[in-house]
Amino acid sequence: MADELPFERKQSRRRFVMTAAGAGASLWLAGCGGSSSEDATGGGDETTAGDGGKTYTGPKVDLAFWNGFTGGDGPFMRDMVTKFNTENENIKVKMIVQQWADYYQKVPTAVASGRGPDVGVMHVDTLATNAARNVIVPLDDVATSLQLQQDDFAETIWNAGIYKDQRFGIPLDMHPLGFYYNTAHLEKAGLSEAPMTREAHDEALEKLKGAGYDKAFWQSSTWPAHLMFMSLLWQFGGDLYNEDASQAAWDSDAGVEALTWQRSLVEDGYSPPNVASDADYIAFKNEKNSFHWDGIWQTQDLAKTSVPWAVAPLPQIGTQKAAWAGSHNLVIMRQKNPDENKLQASKVFLNWISEHSIDWAKAGQVPARNSVRESAEFQGLKNQSILAEQIDVVRFPPAVPGIGDAQAEMEQAVNRAVLGKQSPKESLAQAASKANKLLEENKKKYGA
Amino acid sequence: MGSGGPSTIERVGGGRPLPPLIGSPRIRARGTSSAGSGWIAYLFLAPYLTLFTVFVVVPAIYGVWVSFHSWDLLLPNKPWVGLDNYRNLFDTNSAVGDDFWNAMKATAIFTVFSVPLLVVLPLGVALILNQKFRGRNFFRAVYFAPYVLGVAVIGVLWTLLLDPNIGVVNYYLEKVGASDNIAWTTSLPWAWVALVGVTVWWTLGYNAVIYLAGLQDISRELYEAAKVDGASRWGRFRHVTLPGLRPVLVFIITITILASANMFGQAYLITGGAPGNETRTAIMLIAQEGLQNFRLGSAAAMSFVLALFLMLVSLVTFFVFRERKV
Repeated sequence: MADELPFERKQSRRRFVMTAAGAGASLWLAGCGGSSSEDATGGGDETTAGDGGKTYTGPKVDLAFWNGFTGGDGPFMRDMVTKFNTENENIKVKMIVQQWADYYQKVPTAVASGRGPDVGVMHVDTLATNAARNVIVPLDDVATSLQLQQDDFAETIWNAGIYKDQRFGIPLDMHPLGFYYNTAHLEKAGLSEAPMTREAHDEALEKLKGAGYDKAFWQSSTWPAHLMFMSLLWQFGGDLYNEDASQAAWDSDAGVEALTWQRSLVEDGYSPPNVASDADYIAFKNEKNSFHWDGIWQTQDLAKTSVPWAVAPLPQIGTQKAAWAGSHNLVIMRQKNPDENKLQASKVFLNWISEHSIDWAKAGQVPARNSVRESAEFQGLKNQSILAEQIDVVRFPPAVPGIGDAQAEMEQAVNRAVLGKQSPKESLAQAASKANKLLEENKKKYGA
Repeated sequence: MGSGGPSTIERVGGGRPLPPLIGSPRIRARGTSSAGSGWIAYLFLAPYLTLFTVFVVVPAIYGVWVSFHSWDLLLPNKPWVGLDNYRNLFDTNSAVGDDFWNAMKATAIFTVFSVPLLVVLPLGVALILNQKFRGRNFFRAVYFAPYVLGVAVIGVLWTLLLDPNIGVVNYYLEKVGASDNIAWTTSLPWAWVALVGVTVWWTLGYNAVIYLAGLQDISRELYEAAKVDGASRWGRFRHVTLPGLRPVLVFIITITILASANMFGQAYLITGGAPGNETRTAIMLIAQEGLQNFRLGSAAAMSFVLALFLMLVSLVTFFVFRERKV
């Protein structure tokens, strides 16, 4: 289990508990260690290399690198950092991990007080908020000097890092929603492959029911129900917001259709009612259900189990293909007292990680770079490359500061409707009118 | 027996290790008798007073200032909005109005159901644990044990135990022939039953320990005197135990109300506020508004309205249980 958006914390409760103490301790240590690096760079009179991140020839520097890789992905990133440190003797990167929800609260405060990290990772849908709040700095010069080209990146991913005509994130990966299924169940039901259309999907659920798996597709009322909803909304031709993201648009017919389909899984008896946080995934790991939609990061966790599973791109339930995805972006934090050497070293680090994203793909991610994604080495990663097929149909929430506030309302609407507390139409409309007020307030606040 | 009154018992019960002695004659007498050496008192109070000023008084005043602004720590301009943050709370058409009162309602529901249980049940437990029987210390430890666990631990524990579909609780309910599809964490009123139940299980031991200390402070002689006067078991409880526990009782009621009104972790972890936002408590909303949506001005305003309510409730409690002079 690995990853989630900051405003969607439910999946991560257990991780939070396990890592909170550790993260607190490492933060404390980082605070203590900070001064030594200042000493190291203070006396440096060597010239600063300013080539935007290709090489670093200045004095030895320490970089603090914060992220939220608390799951199975953490060790992969840590290994990459270790490798970077051995290859670059002038730069020592120290990686500090904390749970994402904590991270997104702590980083801004740390940056504001001048004790923030040098580099970090942020999800694509938080870039605008953090850019508007002066937490991160524009990276256009890095992109230019590293000769990062749009054609080396998938278009959606590349464009998502831009806020107000400036680039704030170097895309590292994409992590889409995938369709996990229990191969033994399918076999028993006489199905040779995962259903990819609505008709086939309906038929498969019936066949599974016939084979004794009457609750084949548990519909969660929390995470990842809203990720499913977004995917389905886009599949039915709708969108989350209007053109300039000043109004919520999920209460459209497409939205109602999408949510109605989710609720129908419960009403038609394919899902038990009241599926609470994580229960759907735990059930899948215990072979209680046959289908489960979840992020690509679960591939690493499932690989450790004895469950006979496979993963496919999301089936097309609506009128077109679409899937929700997240994307990790490498960012550089704003510093109260900017240090040219550190900045330069940070860029070198960013570039190195981006170039080595094949190692990162092994953690259960799809690399953002086309060149890496098309490499033979990546094609060898079976599950990742299956889910990478969705790259042209993945969508993100818009790059608007404070969009998470509005997204939280949508999440609640999905919760109410899946639990049957409110009809999909009413629930979505209620959330939309609430979100509109928040969007208006945010517009005023961030001056967007 | 009634003639003795509570003040006699208070005077008898010396050396009580608890703080809830506000208004007791003992304290008042001491306060007036040693007027000359005031500076020594202040000297001893100084360290705490410093901490209190730095961490409570100053932030509280700063909070009032924040609540008059549209405040985001990281944005360069924090425009003055006057009373808008407060006005929005009372305007159901604003972005926060509905949510705030919904959260206040959730807090009130939780408080109303958890406080009586947390006042009465621990008293019963304390009375039993105050008897002489084999293994008494073991049981004292058992009842207190859950309290040493952090909220994160009990939260995760009960989330799994109470899961509607894969939880152990429903599994055993089915085994004994009861309904196995109670949605403990996703439907009403079951979510409240779960949250109140978990909280009572978790914190009962703390209140029981305080009662126990209070019970042990009541002089044996009073019970003996009551027995000689022919008081029944109930009579002794009614006229000796209860009056003897009055200051402890006021203390427990007050801190339990405050703790319940500040409930956050249980709902955050076990129900996540679900269904919808029905179990999102005031503190949960304030944290979300201030730390997740970065609207500190609005969050500060909410905090002050909540604080005002808590002060009123505490005052009412204090007056209801105040010492009546005979």
